[in-house]
Amino acid sequence: MLIGVPRESGPRETRVAATPATTRQLTGLGYEVLVEAGAGVRSSAPDDAYAAAGARIGSAADAWGADVVLHVGKPSPAEIGMLREGAVLIATLAPAFDPQLVEELATRPITALAVDAVPRISRAQSLDVLSSMANIAGYRAVIEAAHTFGRFFTGQVTAAGKVPPAKVLVCGAGVAGLAAIGTASSLGAIVRATDVRPEVAEQVRSVGGEYVAVPAAEQQLSTDGYAREMSEDYNRRAAAMYAEQARDVDIIVTTALIPGRPAPRLITAEMVAGMRPGSVVVDMAAAQGGNVAGSVPDELVVTPNGVTIIGYTDLPGRLPAQASQLYGTNLVNLLKLLTPGKDGRLVLDLDDVVQRAMTVVRDGRVLWPPPPVQVSAAPAPAAAVPAPAPPPPPEPAPARRQAFAVLGAAALFTLTALSPAQLAGNLTVFALAVVVGFYVIGHVHHALHTPLMSVTNAISGIIVVGALLQLGHGSAAATALALVAVLLASINVFGGFAVTRRMLAMFTTTGPPATPRPPATARPERNAR
Amino acid sequence: MSAATAAAAAYLVASLLFVRSLAGLSRHETAGAGNRYGIAGMALALLTTGALAVREASPTVLLLAAAAMAVGAVVGLQRAQRVEMTGMPELIALLHSFVGLAAVLVGWNGYLSVEGAAPGRAEALDLPVGIHSAEVAIGVFIGAVTFTGSVVAFLKLSARMRSNPLMLPGRNLLNLAALVAFAVLTAVFVVSPSLPVLGAVTALALLLGWHLVASIGGGDMPVVVSMLNSYSGWAAAASGFLLDNDLLIITGALVGSSGAYLSYIMCRAMNRSFLSVIAGGFGNEGSTAAAAVEGQHTETGAEDVAAMLREAESVVITPGYGMAVAHAQGPVAELTRKLADAGVRVRFGIHPVAGRLPGHMNVLLAEAKVPYDIVLEMDEVNDDLAATDVVLVIGANDTVNPAATEDPGSPIAGMPVLRVWEARTVVVFKRSMSTGYAGVQNPLFFRENTRMLFGDARERVEDILKAL
Repeated sequence: MLIGVPRESGPRETRVAATPATTRQLTGLGYEVLVEAGAGVRSSAPDDAYAAAGARIGSAADAWGADVVLHVGKPSPAEIGMLREGAVLIATLAPAFDPQLVEELATRPITALAVDAVPRISRAQSLDVLSSMANIAGYRAVIEAAHTFGRFFTGQVTAAGKVPPAKVLVCGAGVAGLAAIGTASSLGAIVRATDVRPEVAEQVRSVGGEYVAVPAAEQQLSTDGYAREMSEDYNRRAAAMYAEQARDVDIIVTTALIPGRPAPRLITAEMVAGMRPGSVVVDMAAAQGGNVAGSVPDELVVTPNGVTIIGYTDLPGRLPAQASQLYGTNLVNLLKLLTPGKDGRLVLDLDDVVQRAMTVVRDGRVLWPPPPVQVSAAPAPAAAVPAPAPPPPPEPAPARRQAFAVLGAAALFTLTALSPAQLAGNLTVFALAVVVGFYVIGHVHHALHTPLMSVTNAISGIIVVGALLQLGHGSAAATALALVAVLLASINVFGGFAVTRRMLAMFTTTGPPATPRPPATARPERNAR
Repeated sequence: MSAATAAAAAYLVASLLFVRSLAGLSRHETAGAGNRYGIAGMALALLTTGALAVREASPTVLLLAAAAMAVGAVVGLQRAQRVEMTGMPELIALLHSFVGLAAVLVGWNGYLSVEGAAPGRAEALDLPVGIHSAEVAIGVFIGAVTFTGSVVAFLKLSARMRSNPLMLPGRNLLNLAALVAFAVLTAVFVVSPSLPVLGAVTALALLLGWHLVASIGGGDMPVVVSMLNSYSGWAAAASGFLLDNDLLIITGALVGSSGAYLSYIMCRAMNRSFLSVIAGGFGNEGSTAAAAVEGQHTETGAEDVAAMLREAESVVITPGYGMAVAHAQGPVAELTRKLADAGVRVRFGIHPVAGRLPGHMNVLLAEAKVPYDIVLEMDEVNDDLAATDVVLVIGANDTVNPAATEDPGSPIAGMPVLRVWEARTVVVFKRSMSTGYAGVQNPLFFRENTRMLFGDARERVEDILKAL
């Protein structure tokens, strides 16, 4: 089948749905690839690079007329009209926000897959465009803020005075939020982060942020991997927390989105007014109505008190080469799923939850919305309760233990009391040696367990003493047996000690060596000369 | 001071030197000295015994004994010189078998020189003959079990025998029956000592030792080897009772308790009781027990891993038996050095049952010149894993399985494991997606932060080195 990669017509769209690298992977799946001339120019991928990767270069009509069309943004009505009958369109369709587009797609006998409708289950992670784009957007949001912000992110002590580090608040610790936290903290800022889902605290810390919880409020456990709307009481407490943070920080990055709904308003006009002049707010939800009062989609607004509010909606597109590569790889992974035979034939399996969730239109029939998918990977509510403690190693109950001890003592007493003097003496020595053995061995370093075994091997060769003592007693047969025993035990004695020595000599340390190593002594000599 | 009291005194000093030797092994710094104490103790014991033997045996016999000892010394030193560290488990198992066989021979000799001696030539005893007979039977039994058990362990470890557990029907009953039969035979032997009965005891014990170890799978070998270590000690102690020799009793008890303690550590590390290991059957429920883990794993390449490692601040490597199989310790050590030079903090996390011998991984890494102070025990490293950037899992599977802590229904539930999944990224070196020793599927492979690197561990590590 032929895959068409048209040039994006959106005015701000810099990305392309396939790069030369992913083109090669697509041909590896058995597809032919046709790229519209100039499609990759804004992502630094010239036509020759595609040609070198095995693609044909064609016109817009060729690309839109292919069997499978890979696209980044929403198609225009004209473009939908160019699709041929039975074609498969794979693009970002935002079906939840744009029912009109879904209607339009359904007027044609085509199949449309929305890459932004992939369910959040671990299996589908490799084709989740929202995650890969959010990751880029989170990075870029911090870079935009740093560009606008008039100071360093990192604290410094210079001859010209001390510079305090910037303080960054990231609202929402999803993929974008975590990327923003990581970027800001690697630039040296002090980063705090909030999220309605308490289970993300650990992830926040892992990328260098500090988790700020809404004090003593209900907390949300996500069942589908996304955040939900919160109650009145929670919102009141959260607002107080945000107001307090806004007065303290220099930069705020908001990433709060609730699927299929307008973005929650987190930062009010009063909070913005309370920020210091020169502060920067990046509203990554500006396209969905904005988390910040006063943000304008695709605009940079400066408030009267000198706070800059950035509402860019094309943050991933501001890193076009990177975004195209990740988007293209997501599509390759999707096509791997859709091409089970690796033979260039696309097969859509609606029994698979991932494919079902993405399918917006099938042969002119609207299949949106899909049945809800429960995320298997999300922490089940039980995860909030401390994880079921692993069953402790089976240990006898104290009472049973004591009973055993008493029984053992009684048995030993009986045995010894009934023994002749010699055996009683032997038993005494034996019992004490066992106890000494346990205490001594208990202190052995774990790394030395193998040398321990070889030493004990060697000293259990002490049985050679027994064999030697039997020499010359009894018959010739007895002597012969004793000689064999001497031979075997000697192997143990000598072999055991020798191999232990060899092993112990291998253990080295990173610490300063007790005796200087040859290179260390050689160098000063050369210098002296 | 008679010769006997002088010998007793020398034996006491030798015993104390042995205790000092084992105590020395508690730390790296004193381990070498510990080994020397052991050699000194052994030399003292041998000299003393030699002096005693000179008074008893004829010059021919003494000469033969010296020759036997010389041959043993040459063989032993040669084996010790040649053995590769990956082959340590086999060597140790083989050495155990020698002690077991020697104990059997000493036991038979005990019978031949007392109960079975020609009338009038029997040695005088300080205690009733019945007790001596019982000691003979017990000593021979323990020695023979140690002997065949160690031989089977040796064959399995050196891959001369399939390491799968042998599954005879009613194998636990067989073991139990063998013990009961041993008790009966011992009673018969005490009442009327005879050669056939002693032969029966020996044969029975040889079979029991064989069956006992044959029915235990390869992954339980650390427990088996330390158990056999323990048995070899008890065998020596039994000979000590037989010969009324305190040195043998003390040394045997030290070795016996050492092996028992190691077995205990291994069992605790698997969250299993000693009996359940001996009874075998771990993972024998087969693939039915393997919970079906749904999901997709993410593959990665050597170059991506190299890039990841270059970016990382801290790296933990958790090796397992697979590293020994692939002989990957050399390249792994090289990788460690390279990363350390680049300022990356590299450490090793060793699970107690990793490998086929207690402490096996430590010795392998030491051979490859990895400094021992970055090789940490599971408990030392587990809490740091959450703050680790990259964990490399090389040839380990069950010891890093999250199911052990998270899935109460898993066959390995409750086994302490290295919590590698808490790290930022986990790279798993693996030949294929097959299950580990326990036959349990490992959900780690399907985690979001896990990357699979398929292929031979040694080649893959070398690829990473090249990419670095």
